[in-house]
Amino acid sequence: MEHVFEHVTPYVGYVYPNETDFAWSQLIVIYPYITGLVAGAFVVSSLHHVFHIKSFAPISRFALLTALCFMIFAPSPLLFHLGQPTRAFNALITPHWSSAMAAFGYVAGFYVCLLLLETWFAFRADIVAMSKTRTGIMGTVYRVLTLGSDDVSPRSLEIDHRIARILAMIGIPSACGLHGYVGFVFGSLKTREWWSSDLMPVIFLLSAVASGVGLLIVLYVIVSKFRKTPIVDETMRGLLYVLFTGITIVMVIEGLELLEIFYKAREGVEMVRELIEGPIWAGMAIQWAMSIFVLVVTSALLVFDVHGERLVKWLFLCGLSIMIGVLAMRWNVVIGGQELSKTMKGLLTFYPEIFGRESLFVVGVISICPYAMLWLVTKLLPPWGEDREPANSTLKVDKMA
Amino acid sequence: MTTHEKPEEKGDLSRRDFLGLLAKGAACAGAVAAAGSAIGAVKAVSGKRAFQQNEQQFVEAVNNPPKVPGYNWNDHQWAMGIDTTRCIGCLRCMEACKMENSVQMDANHYRTWVERYVYLEGSNTALVDSQSDPKNIENAGSETKFRFDNRYKGMKVDKAFFVAKLCNQCEHPSCVQVCPTGATFKAKDGVVLIDTTYCIGCQYCIQACPYGARSFNESRGTAEKCNWCYHRITKGLNPACVEVCPTGSRIFGDRNDPNSPISQFIRNNHVQVLKPEMGNAPNVFYKGTDKEVV
Repeated sequence: MEHVFEHVTPYVGYVYPNETDFAWSQLIVIYPYITGLVAGAFVVSSLHHVFHIKSFAPISRFALLTALCFMIFAPSPLLFHLGQPTRAFNALITPHWSSAMAAFGYVAGFYVCLLLLETWFAFRADIVAMSKTRTGIMGTVYRVLTLGSDDVSPRSLEIDHRIARILAMIGIPSACGLHGYVGFVFGSLKTREWWSSDLMPVIFLLSAVASGVGLLIVLYVIVSKFRKTPIVDETMRGLLYVLFTGITIVMVIEGLELLEIFYKAREGVEMVRELIEGPIWAGMAIQWAMSIFVLVVTSALLVFDVHGERLVKWLFLCGLSIMIGVLAMRWNVVIGGQELSKTMKGLLTFYPEIFGRESLFVVGVISICPYAMLWLVTKLLPPWGEDREPANSTLKVDKMA
Repeated sequence: MTTHEKPEEKGDLSRRDFLGLLAKGAACAGAVAAAGSAIGAVKAVSGKRAFQQNEQQFVEAVNNPPKVPGYNWNDHQWAMGIDTTRCIGCLRCMEACKMENSVQMDANHYRTWVERYVYLEGSNTALVDSQSDPKNIENAGSETKFRFDNRYKGMKVDKAFFVAKLCNQCEHPSCVQVCPTGATFKAKDGVVLIDTTYCIGCQYCIQACPYGARSFNESRGTAEKCNWCYHRITKGLNPACVEVCPTGSRIFGDRNDPNSPISQFIRNNHVQVLKPEMGNAPNVFYKGTDKEVV
């Protein structure tokens, strides 16, 4: 710490001296990002399980596994960020209920359990089948995973379906709650003008859904190319509808939030303008450029009723764009909020570390982990079964649109 | 831990001596030189300038806190006053605080600091800086030489004043509200304290404090802030910053006692609090603040 002054976050204007030590780094940027991907993936999975929207049947189980793998890694950025990670369970043992953060362990824990249970019920028939055909170590693994239940009679499978559906039903408000809650962690702080907004939970939730759908589009296209399997047109159309709905509402609400800040023009509004033009201009440019791109392309895909290879290509680009755009949005919120000083008379400019405990390197590793885990889990539990949905209980999503 | 060094004698005695000297104003220049080279002295193990606790002393103090038999926190309601019309910006309070409480000796961790507000002729807004401003540090030559530079020399100044800042020990503290473990709490005597053995270092409290009064100690992995020198006030002493202030611009006392300095200060002056719109109801009362004070 000899040359600590060199590490001080540079600033202009006047900021409180303690603010020059940046409290929440890029790890806190990817935490809401990862939980957001979970929420989106889960919603898509539920659209099939709960509402029987047939278009999502091919990717419903894959979406469930995606949600599970990302959720398992969601708390890791927080653990890397804590000053005393070994005491993390203090918040669970003696939660201080007036703190929004105290509920995190319970919310996340509940959600992981729910996802594990739903996954087990959704895959039980496959697990039983594989426990009977596989030998060696994997055979043992599958036998353990059956948890002693190898009844695959139609009645038993029907019960599985019903339980998985009920779990998915509980999961929808839970996913919304989880992500609305993350927005509340930021929005409830009256101290920071950039965070303190009633719209924050809604923005977080809807952008989460949009980014999760984007992730599923990207993964579905890539995985299908690798597996050399056809991409179901109806599924892509379904994802297009959800993405279009998500991005439209997100952009309207984000626009409203900015409008409110500048229309109310409370003390320090000039600093907010300088924040957008200064430290986070690149982030804002990426966020809005990507959002507008997605909105325009998805609108065009709907207007011109695009199908087939062109739909896949453009929707894949939209998926990538929305993932980048929402990541930029998380950066703008988490980092931007702290770059705007509490004095409202100064701006800091955050420069991320490359290596170290709270560095871009760690962020990169944590971001790759869910994908690696998803790859392993799909080896263990192949989600690409044929469409097993009974034909009589389907709902034509394009007729709804 | 590089900012703490081995003491040459019992920490308490040397600290008290040091503060006594400061209070008399006899050795200010020497003290500045001593504090100013504290970071440089980190490399030396001689322990010549052993004002701060070392790590073992900190651990000992945390694990085995001193007992104060005669103290009952129900009997007191501590408060502080800042008379900005008296502050001369000498920054002895900052230095005393860093020494007394073993605050990190760098320019981005403070339990108290002083802001300088300057209205230049013809301007409706104030220019603000504090000791941690790079220009002040460059001028002083060190992060731990606590002094303001002379940047306004030769300019026409309409109005200028200093405002001391520290934890406001709010009645409704945002930091306590957001702490997920309850490691930070409000004591019965009004002081907001941190249990450093229970803090998980999430830094939510740092985000929540409207006054920027909290900082993070990387080496301990926990949050820190002013506690009005709780180890001193429970023994009937003044906080270190109050003790060393040469102009009496910091007033401290018990509001339960109508004749205490703070009760008289609040009674005899028009006092304000910082950022009242936050609803935190601070317990630091300011005389002579200005619209520009943040």
